[in-house]
Amino acid sequence: MLAPVIRVENLSKRYLVGHRTERVGRYSYTSLRDVIGREVRTVARKAADVVRGRQVVKGDTVEEFWALRDVSFDVREGEVLGIIGRNGAGKSTLLKVLSRITEPTGGRVTLRGRVGSLLEVGTGFHPELTGRENIFLNGAILGMTRTEIHKKFDEIVAFAEVERFLDTPVKRYSSGMYVRLAFAVAAHLQPEILVIDEVLAVGDTEFQKKCLGKMDDVSRREGRTVLFVSHNLGIVSSLCPRAIWLDQGSIRMDGSARAVIDDYLVRGRPNDDCVVQLGAIFRPHIDDDRLRFESLEWLSGLPLRHGEPVTARLRFKTRASVPGVAVGIGFCDPQGTRLLTYNTDFQDGFRPDLLTPGEYFVDVVIDSLPLAPNIYNLDVGCRSGNNHALDYVSACSQLEVVAGPNTPGCIVKTEPGTYLSSKWSWDFAEQSTKGQLVDE
Amino acid sequence: MSDVILIEAGRQERNYWRDLWRYRELFYVLAWRDVAVRYKQTVIGTTWALIRPLLTMLVFTIIFGRIAKLPSEGAAPYPLMVFAGMLPWTFFANGLSEAANSLISNASLISKVYFPRLVVPTAAIVVAFIDFLISFVILVGLFAWYHFAPGWQLIFLPAFILLAFLASVGPALWIAALNVKYRDFRVVVPFIVQLGLYVSPVGFSSQIVPTEWRLFYSLNPMVGVIDGFRWCVLGGDSQPYLPSLAASLAVVAFFLWFGIHRFRQTEKGFADMI
Repeated sequence: MLAPVIRVENLSKRYLVGHRTERVGRYSYTSLRDVIGREVRTVARKAADVVRGRQVVKGDTVEEFWALRDVSFDVREGEVLGIIGRNGAGKSTLLKVLSRITEPTGGRVTLRGRVGSLLEVGTGFHPELTGRENIFLNGAILGMTRTEIHKKFDEIVAFAEVERFLDTPVKRYSSGMYVRLAFAVAAHLQPEILVIDEVLAVGDTEFQKKCLGKMDDVSRREGRTVLFVSHNLGIVSSLCPRAIWLDQGSIRMDGSARAVIDDYLVRGRPNDDCVVQLGAIFRPHIDDDRLRFESLEWLSGLPLRHGEPVTARLRFKTRASVPGVAVGIGFCDPQGTRLLTYNTDFQDGFRPDLLTPGEYFVDVVIDSLPLAPNIYNLDVGCRSGNNHALDYVSACSQLEVVAGPNTPGCIVKTEPGTYLSSKWSWDFAEQSTKGQLVDE
Repeated sequence: MSDVILIEAGRQERNYWRDLWRYRELFYVLAWRDVAVRYKQTVIGTTWALIRPLLTMLVFTIIFGRIAKLPSEGAAPYPLMVFAGMLPWTFFANGLSEAANSLISNASLISKVYFPRLVVPTAAIVVAFIDFLISFVILVGLFAWYHFAPGWQLIFLPAFILLAFLASVGPALWIAALNVKYRDFRVVVPFIVQLGLYVSPVGFSSQIVPTEWRLFYSLNPMVGVIDGFRWCVLGGDSQPYLPSLAASLAVVAFFLWFGIHRFRQTEKGFADMI
């Protein structure tokens, strides 16, 4: 029995997250002495962190956040393993630890072979350099030697379909060309272990198919081990025989991709009780802490039905006064493309000023849900008067939309999208029937 | 069987230096990228690398040589002496400031790809070295202008160039690592460099420093480097002060050890903090 190519044992990774506990509002009783006392404590803690060489954390209380907790699994040579889970489940952190970008807090990983990681398309591309120069730059960054790149150069260029623009700076490339070139370089990497994070979410469908074919080649024909993270369950099930489901930093299920995905679709959604808790989700890109979403509740019940009314209640808390608040929810397809957005300020541009810190809620009422029956991810977001992002949680919940009583049978098994009804008038006097849309 | 990589908390990588060797191409490529990009969309391009040191030399010659009337070293003309000091200093200063900021300006690389992090700051110093080579052309021009011929000491020049390189690597690594956590050093480095220009014997000769203070003065590692450089370039008239050179060497060695040590201790956390 061969030793596994990847052995992960009790892997854990902890992050420290800072909070500000105080309420700095117009009506809160905060004396200058309190403020000074708190500032002194904060400075003292930061100074102590500096001395001990620890991470300096914003805010005045520190909370631990376990991105990974006691994760263990083995991967055999030539195996293609899919990793699925909701946002913040620890998928990306796991890949970062495996590719040695970040150090684990506990546990150990044994890797037999070189690891090539593709966590982002086009890492290190320089806009001022030409396509040709960037192939060499990006190749070197991903760990290829110059001779390796020379050998693969023509193949890379052909795959990316950018022959004519090789000596053009990539800042003049269209975004499609840019992505194609970037993926082409990475796809020709030849490590024993390939780690890929959701890079196929970019590019057009045609190119995505090409990339998938290439990845299939890499694993099946060249016998490489591949770890693959994706929100696109279809791709995972077609590419990976085996899958792991990560949930809040731990492995919830490990088995055949089909079984794991089926289970994930049934139990993975936390919305069985119609309430999505938003308070504890890690927000990596939000630096404003005046407003935080607490929860979203589907008042009209679940599952959501196409063509039927939907009511949802968003609860949030403010710590300080925020002017001109606009709240929105959005539905995305599994690749992350936004298909549908509802914003509070679409209604007469009304944006209330929330001056008193406290708890608020806002209800959204959708008369007729236009989403076709399928799986969608939900985003919630909030902006202040100057359109500064106050809070944003993307893919906070995965939802299934099912057919409603008036849904035509033909759209039940199709791609994610919106299907709206409108008034049509037919003219049967002509030889051919033609449709004509009447404006409402 | 290919090599086995173990990842554990707090574990120093066993084949770190071999990895560094394996990534040597990245090192050239990063340096080449910075050089290739630097003078893009400028009108006079690389000429900037010539103009800056020439102007500084002019100012220093006027202020220290003409107005303050400080003596030159031996028979060398004052501008030549200033330039021979400025070459290693500019190399050191540019290397230090660019390397100190290098991790932050390559943040996207650091958070998305693995490679030995030492590559980034060292590549930044190589970029400063290329500027140094360009400025060296001016020195040759000045030799011709003043009809001044360097002596046999010139063969030791590579040793002092290496010393200048090592002198910037140590502190640069340390500050680069600190800079990831505390951006305060972004402000501190230009200040150190500006102050250092006047503290180091760039605009004047270190011979004007009283003898009893010279050893103390040489705790600034650039004193030994600049003195040695002048000795090589200007000939035997400016004798290097050996205890001072030894002190500089010791300080450089210490910072080199300290810088690499601190850098390696913190580099695994870079991706989380940057």
